[in-house]
Amino acid sequence: MPILELKGLKKYYAAHKAVDDISFTIDEGCIFGLLGPNGAGKTTLLRMITGIIYPDEGSIFFQEKKFDQERDIFKIGYMPEERGLYKKMKIGEQALYLAMLKGMSRKDALQQIRYWFEKFEMQSWVNKKVDDLSKGMSQKLQFVITVLHRPPLLILDEPFSGLDPVNSNLIKEEIFNLSKAGTTIIFSTHRMEQVEEICNKIVLINKGKKILDGDLQQIKEDFKEHVFNIGFEEIPPSFIPSGFEILNTKGTSATLRIAEGISPSEILRQYLDHHAKINSFNEVLPTLNEIFIRQVKEIKTSSAFSDAV
Amino acid sequence: MHFQTRFKVFYMKNNKIGLVIKREYLTRVRNRSFILSTILLPLFFILFIVGSVYLSVHTIEKQRIAVNDRNGIFHSAFESDDEITYDFTTDVNESNFETKGYDAFLSIPADYNSKKDSIMLVSGKQLNMGTEDKIRGAIDDALRNKALLEHNIDKKLLDSLNSVKQEDQYRFSPVIKQGDKIQQSNANFAYGVGLGSGILIYITLFIYGAAVMRGVMEEKTNRIAEVIISSVRPFQLMLGKIIGIAAVGLTQLLIWLILIMVLLSVAGFFITPETLQHTQDLQQAMQAANPTSSTAMKFFEAKNMVYSANWGLIIPCFLFYFLAGYLFYASLFAAVGSVVNEDPQEAQALMLPITMPIILSFVIMTTAVGNPDAPLSVWGSMIPFSSPIVMMARIPSGNVPVWQLLTSMALLILGFIFTTYLAAKIYRTGILLYGKKVTLKEMTKWLFRKG
Repeated sequence: MPILELKGLKKYYAAHKAVDDISFTIDEGCIFGLLGPNGAGKTTLLRMITGIIYPDEGSIFFQEKKFDQERDIFKIGYMPEERGLYKKMKIGEQALYLAMLKGMSRKDALQQIRYWFEKFEMQSWVNKKVDDLSKGMSQKLQFVITVLHRPPLLILDEPFSGLDPVNSNLIKEEIFNLSKAGTTIIFSTHRMEQVEEICNKIVLINKGKKILDGDLQQIKEDFKEHVFNIGFEEIPPSFIPSGFEILNTKGTSATLRIAEGISPSEILRQYLDHHAKINSFNEVLPTLNEIFIRQVKEIKTSSAFSDAV
Repeated sequence: MHFQTRFKVFYMKNNKIGLVIKREYLTRVRNRSFILSTILLPLFFILFIVGSVYLSVHTIEKQRIAVNDRNGIFHSAFESDDEITYDFTTDVNESNFETKGYDAFLSIPADYNSKKDSIMLVSGKQLNMGTEDKIRGAIDDALRNKALLEHNIDKKLLDSLNSVKQEDQYRFSPVIKQGDKIQQSNANFAYGVGLGSGILIYITLFIYGAAVMRGVMEEKTNRIAEVIISSVRPFQLMLGKIIGIAAVGLTQLLIWLILIMVLLSVAGFFITPETLQHTQDLQQAMQAANPTSSTAMKFFEAKNMVYSANWGLIIPCFLFYFLAGYLFYASLFAAVGSVVNEDPQEAQALMLPITMPIILSFVIMTTAVGNPDAPLSVWGSMIPFSSPIVMMARIPSGNVPVWQLLTSMALLILGFIFTTYLAAKIYRTGILLYGKKVTLKEMTKWLFRKG
């Protein structure tokens, strides 16, 4: 069941098209990666999903009903890229205030605050002000504030920026925990490598347009170029390869591209025939970064082509 | 949507504004600077008044003036009093009066007779204010008496004429008659109350307007705005802030009012009605009033005057114009706060279109307190941008027709609804715009954008 469905969303500003006709669907319970370089339109898109700004055109469906800001806002937790807290307000009061703004009762909110503060070992901070916290501490607090009201849809814009590896892992773990408990998570970032280990579905956008979406593994399969990595005990004497080419060798390993229609075992046999001692053999799937760059280039050339015509 | 959910949504919406108001109010009221300014300001104010009165009474130096009256016409005419002592000597001149301990030296030529002859007053430094005038008055009186005596006016008659005082001859009582109501008129007091209320509204507009602006800027620069408006509509956040700060302002005014009343009754405790009655009797019995009884008398008069003012009209009107005037400008301050970034100079430039009308209202007010019925005053008290300040200057005069008051109030309410509507449009775009300088032209564009 889709939790969120975007249909032909458009948001134009005077100078540029921030979001230009984007549609996609997010299924309930998945970890969804919204990818794109800086300025691609990710934040504008998220602001429309959270009801902060209205789309110029198109519509948003939340839990299969037309998105209604007043009603659905309580079911969304949003951590913006630009983190923000009241600097002079005590942390406990601040968390309570923001939780109650999300429609929680005082009692419920206090209970949740206690739970999360204990979990993240923040109990001793309750009466501190944000001013007194380190950057990492306030990032943790920001995450807690975002999830306090148990939203079915959690939107995290660059959640790891500015976090050290320890806190990064802590948050990552929580994201997985929440996902296991049924929360749908939208994870927006320009750092493609972070997505590969977390997300199962992605959408790639650039300059306000969607350029790719689907299952992460499927996309990688679709874009694979039959490249393999083979590792040896020592580099075997060279022979004339048939049905593959050696892209490069590095130390005792080599990267190969296998021609269309040839099976990897065929290549392995050629090496074995030449008495090579093989330690490892595995397929190299393209990184998202590579896929992204290729896609952007392709669109550029095709649009240049259509412009020429 | 069926009824129950609709009700829940409605409840939540208003509850959210309530939460915002509560936060805005509590964070400010609990602030140390609020507590200090609320309690200390009236104390400073009263100390200032008491201090300046005390200083003006006790720092008047007695001036000693040496008079060389070679002609002899002034000898009997100059009477020393508690400000000036005249010494008639011959061994003092204009070069040694300071070494002999005099503040000034008055030299009258031996053959003084006509306007060509000059009377010289030499002093080492600038004399006290009024001393010069007093000496000239004494000279004039002496010359007039001399002239009258030279024309054979009886000395006794002259003395009795000179001792005529207003309070021995008549009582002057200006009253205002409106229908059957007769009221003691006191133009000066009305002037004072009008000026005071006008200035107070002027100051509070700036204090609380700036508080709204700073609050919005804080939310924008802290980036908390985006977190909050993912749960609250920008308009709700803006309105909550404005109302919360209005409540802070009312609290502060209320505390000031109570403090002033307490301090007044403390003063009243020391001057009880019995002592007042006593001094009054004393005054009637004795012609000359000694300084303490005249102070008590003045206090009694002031108290009468304070009671005679139409507080039943002035206080409710003041509260209305304070609130409505604040609401008129607060949303505009919020709009400015939403478009500026960290740079305070940017705020200065954008505030100009808001501060100009407030300052202009102040200028109109200075006219309106003196001439409550002048066309400028009437128009100024009608147009919403200036009416809070100007109308409050007119009301204590008691001359404002009811229709004018009602029209002014209605226009001001329409005015603040209009400014809030416009400001909200700028606010909700500005609050999310980081690091970009916004021009007035762009802001106007936002005004006409829909959706």
